[in-house]
Amino acid sequence: MKDPALFTYCMRLADDSAILSQRLGEWCGHASHLEEDIALTNVALDLIGHARELYTYAGQIEGKGRDEDALCFHRVEREFTNLLLVEQPNDDFAYAIMRQFLFSAFMHPFWEAMMNSKDELLAGLAAKAEKEAAYHLRHSAEWVIRLGDGTKESHNRINDALEFLWMYTGEMFECDDVVSALVAKGVAIDPMSIKHLWDETVNTVFARANLERPTESWMQTGGRKGEHSEHLGHILSPMQYLQRSFPQAQW
Amino acid sequence: MAVAAKNLRTELDQRAWNSVCDVPDPEVPVLTIEDLGVLREVNVREDGCVEVTITPTYTGCPAMSMFAFDIEAALLNAGFEKVEIKTVLSPAWTTDWLSEKACEKLRVYGIAPPNGKASRRALFGEDKVHCPKCNSANTSRISEFGSTACKALYRCNDCSEPFDYFKCI
Repeated sequence: MKDPALFTYCMRLADDSAILSQRLGEWCGHASHLEEDIALTNVALDLIGHARELYTYAGQIEGKGRDEDALCFHRVEREFTNLLLVEQPNDDFAYAIMRQFLFSAFMHPFWEAMMNSKDELLAGLAAKAEKEAAYHLRHSAEWVIRLGDGTKESHNRINDALEFLWMYTGEMFECDDVVSALVAKGVAIDPMSIKHLWDETVNTVFARANLERPTESWMQTGGRKGEHSEHLGHILSPMQYLQRSFPQAQW
Repeated sequence: MAVAAKNLRTELDQRAWNSVCDVPDPEVPVLTIEDLGVLREVNVREDGCVEVTITPTYTGCPAMSMFAFDIEAALLNAGFEKVEIKTVLSPAWTTDWLSEKACEKLRVYGIAPPNGKASRRALFGEDKVHCPKCNSANTSRISEFGSTACKALYRCNDCSEPFDYFKCI
């Protein structure tokens, strides 16, 4: 393989997008009202777009003939390297919104910075994804405020979501050897370099939503190494069912 | 601008461009791939194969495979024998590429065209949108997302008409 670090990096980003889009897709037909149903699945669609580009590119780097479908649908859970945050269940609408907000508040500045990557495909994808992520961020931030600043019930629910999901946010800022090597080459983004932007967004929105930012404490980790919560297998089984039953099925 | 991206070296290239430029958007049929700026380049190679370069409006836009299919059909109908479709992401598509003519077509069709230049990091911003029916600026947003990735849903507070807004990105 030409560049194993770049392969790993693209697979992480692809898995983040694929798993979160699958989670959002679960809302299809179940959201609070029609417009929100359409909104969540629209966000899912953008994320599928990112995942497809990244899986295809990773497959080319790997050079073993694996295409986007092979990489997305024919790997087992220990091979998935997505953030633990994106696989957390949709227990409640507030959980889905808070998960999206915490993720988009990171991904928007992430793609913005990635536009300067020396890798042509990542920079090109970033220029598109940045615009889409700005929309995802705006949409989820408005909901966080609406729920946080809404009724006692909605406030409690979004606050529960925040308290539950907070321990999964540390992973976004981890920088291991794979990332450092690519940062040195001007290809990847050092996640700590955008932490202040994430903090700023999170603090601004929480202030408007009457939510208190949880204190810094122990953070969950493992997703990048393939160590997942019990939820991932349950996502993969419906997601991969068709390709497992009918390998090479195409639209 | 879409026009600047044209790189038509020969008459044959021009003929191939003319055969595909009218391919309509499957969801917004008043707009062609040329109007949208989705069509970037048409190049007839030495071996006779037509290379068509397109760019997606949104990365996950399902219309892209439809575009590729329609482009191939249009070229085969025009007598070209082999077609290759290339998708490029860079430069990233923006609504700034829609011509004034394209915006007018949208408005007549009942979709409010994108308003102003593509905006940056607008956490709480909201676009000022005019009703495509009565042109009132007294409109409100029903949803940030609409029936396709490129649209949002609005309502006119004066004439009560709900309408699609072509999102500005």
